[in-house]
Amino acid sequence: MFQAAKQSKLPKNESANILSVDNGSTLYRLSLYDQPPLYDVTVEEFETSALDRLRILAEIESSAARNRSWDETKQVTMTQCGKYLPLNSNSALGIDVLEERRKDRLGHFVLRLAFCRSEELRRRFIRAETTLFRIRFETDDSNERRAFLDSKDFNWISVGAEEKERYKEQLKHFISAKTDLDGAFQSEAFYKVKWTTIPDLVEKRKVFLKGGYAYVPAREQASIIYSAFEERLEAALRVTSRAIPLVDEDTRLNPILDNLAQGFIAGIPSDWVASAETTGEGITADMVDSLAKQHFPLCMRVLHHSLRKDHHLKHFGRLHYGLFLKVLGLSIDEAIAFWRKSFAGGPGSDKFDKEYRYNIRHSFGLEGRRMNYPAKNCLQLHSAHEAGCPYRQLESSPENLQSALLSSYSAQGLTINDLPEIIAQVKKKSYHVACTRVFEITHARSVRKGEGLSDGESVTHPNQYAARSIELEKETKDPKMKVDHGV
Amino acid sequence: MAPSSDIDIDPTSEEVLLTFYRRLYPFKQLFKWLNRGPERAEKESRLFPYREFAFTLRNDAYLRYNSYSSDVEMKKHVCLLTPSRFEIGPVYSAQPKDKKTVRPTHFRAEKREVVFDIDMTDYDPIRTCCSEADICKRCWGFIAIAVEVLDTAIRDQFGYTKLLWVYSGRRGIHLWISDKEAFELNDDQRKAMVEYLTVIKNGKEPGKRVNVRFGMKDLPPTLKEACQAINQTFDDLILQDQDCFGSQEGYETLLSLIPDAKLASRLREKWSQKPDSPSYIKWDEMRTEILALKDKHARQNMRYAMEDILLQYAYPRLDAEVSKHRNHLLKAPFCIHPKTGRICVPIDPNRIREFDPATVPTVGQLLAELDTAGSDTSDGEHRDDWQRTSLKPYIDMFEEYANNVQEKQTKIDLSW
Repeated sequence: MFQAAKQSKLPKNESANILSVDNGSTLYRLSLYDQPPLYDVTVEEFETSALDRLRILAEIESSAARNRSWDETKQVTMTQCGKYLPLNSNSALGIDVLEERRKDRLGHFVLRLAFCRSEELRRRFIRAETTLFRIRFETDDSNERRAFLDSKDFNWISVGAEEKERYKEQLKHFISAKTDLDGAFQSEAFYKVKWTTIPDLVEKRKVFLKGGYAYVPAREQASIIYSAFEERLEAALRVTSRAIPLVDEDTRLNPILDNLAQGFIAGIPSDWVASAETTGEGITADMVDSLAKQHFPLCMRVLHHSLRKDHHLKHFGRLHYGLFLKVLGLSIDEAIAFWRKSFAGGPGSDKFDKEYRYNIRHSFGLEGRRMNYPAKNCLQLHSAHEAGCPYRQLESSPENLQSALLSSYSAQGLTINDLPEIIAQVKKKSYHVACTRVFEITHARSVRKGEGLSDGESVTHPNQYAARSIELEKETKDPKMKVDHGV
Repeated sequence: MAPSSDIDIDPTSEEVLLTFYRRLYPFKQLFKWLNRGPERAEKESRLFPYREFAFTLRNDAYLRYNSYSSDVEMKKHVCLLTPSRFEIGPVYSAQPKDKKTVRPTHFRAEKREVVFDIDMTDYDPIRTCCSEADICKRCWGFIAIAVEVLDTAIRDQFGYTKLLWVYSGRRGIHLWISDKEAFELNDDQRKAMVEYLTVIKNGKEPGKRVNVRFGMKDLPPTLKEACQAINQTFDDLILQDQDCFGSQEGYETLLSLIPDAKLASRLREKWSQKPDSPSYIKWDEMRTEILALKDKHARQNMRYAMEDILLQYAYPRLDAEVSKHRNHLLKAPFCIHPKTGRICVPIDPNRIREFDPATVPTVGQLLAELDTAGSDTSDGEHRDDWQRTSLKPYIDMFEEYANNVQEKQTKIDLSW
């Protein structure tokens, strides 16, 4: 596919050089992604490389939404990168750096295809990618960074000694030195570039401007590269969006690309998988009440509450809540007991055995198709019309959301002062951020602000929320017992 | 039409507007300026025909997305509509008149001159002579210093040379920058340029609004230069003419800008005895107090505060939103201001201090001049009638500017 869409842009006589060109782009850890991957990839590789990269970008986005400081963002992103998208420098031993870089480049170009389709997606993609580039640039080995810079041409002109002397007074302003200002000035090299290439520095008056040229101290060079990266990516995305009809004909790739774009909109590509530690703990029907009060995310609390109130839940409510409880560890027998008790006295109690029992057994994979259904994740709940994500459904009536939050969580330390922050996130459509923030507040004893579920991860699945909450409780009860939480 | 004073002429009547557009408005020069190239290239040009014009009709209806292939076509339509004024928008990626038929994604604002707007209303918190829509020769001092500071900064630091300053007809001034690079800036770059040049964030309340230092550092070089320029006129404008600190309200504002609380309260005590003493005396008293400070650090702080005060009182106050986006519309030069009847004429920034808004020709005055001068209508069309009115020097200036903007065409070699 890539060959079809991209290779056609190369002049014919260059096709022979493709291999060597490609090697050039993997020479350095950093890349401006100016060479698309021109080789065959499997559909699976195509998808996983993109999904792994998307995880990182989503984390960067939610860092921005949560106002994490630069250092925190960097820390969280580096941890996530280490897990999903390691990228080591040339000096790393015993690691296939070439393979890592291939995956890095491939993921980037797949996501370009997914995100070039609308202005909004393009803008968010560019911002997240630029942040990622910046983090990698800052953490790069200094020698390799120098080599990488030298390999690119950014159109900067070195400022000669005479010129530097002429604007000495003005340029000195941009040198920060505690003691020996003159010495620091002498040793600092300056470059000049057209001011239009670094609007961000000009805007903040961080450079000296003369005759349309900005005089940049060598240490600010990074900023020039970031803007070059951003600019090139923007232009490239525009070109890609024009070529996208070519890809649209490919039925293998289209669903993958659509899925990726959607995942980004929801915040995170969600595929939290329940691990052995958090399920099968023998939860019984009568434990559900107390678990709900302590560990459930808002969506499930709302369902639990209305089940208790009405002794009934409509189809989608039963489906979402039932699957959630199943993954939480409620066995089939306990589940039937739980639902039978809950429905007693409600409008559906007489037909329980006829209808609902079958449903419950069906969701456990014991009837009909015999498929063991997974619980719905946040992305699915976002798009559900009924019994979905309450942050999203109550977005337009913040008063209702506020009272729901207070009644559900005030016992766990959520106060009226926390509400504006949460509502603000909901307004920004960052539902998962709002939910994560609630988690942080209600677990303030063991989780700091910005830490999320763990390592800064956001909520992507109701069961993930509940499992982590239960786990934290265990940790506090028995601090010596180290829980190894698989993610 | 009665050939007398302009008082009985309504600058918004159809008859007046029609005569003005037919006989006086410099469409030809406007075309030359906006098309940035020789007239013969008119057919191939993607500049003038892709440019948006928006009209405000006499009944205040607003017509957007008009575009014309030439000045002749435009003049015809303008004479038909006789708008009370019109505005110039950006060059789009398609002809604005076809907006409804092109896909929205293919209709983007692409290029336009960089524009700045300075409006006297932003000076209301500090000017003492008039308020709101009024303007007098005395308030013009604020505009004059603003033009000087901005003109120097843009020419010297951004390296742009094709600057056109236009009186807005009542209480403000517009700047059009037509250099090729400026013409092609994107919105981010425009925003950066405006922010770079903005010191005073708009707001009607008094109080400290200058915040340009990072930590306790010196002013950045660009503002240092601005400060020096302002310093030369600060005495005349702020202390003498406007007498900004001559009332209790005025000096309280000044005191609120002083970071040293003890010093401020000493001055307040002194000034409350004679709240009406002239500003320059108060300013001198403040200086003496500062010089008497023993702590070197405190003295340095106050020196910084003084610089900030200079900036707050006389640094150009820009209407930033106008300049940030390419798709913003701005009133065209040579329109008539509907309230004052004055023409929006270009101004030479080097002679900005001599400029008096009251001497700008009004449409009534011009029509009277036309009547006295008679017209060469031998072929039934009015040609260059403006030559015989007091509009002439302004149109000459505009034409020279338009010639200046012409982009050097890469010469097509026809010698073969």
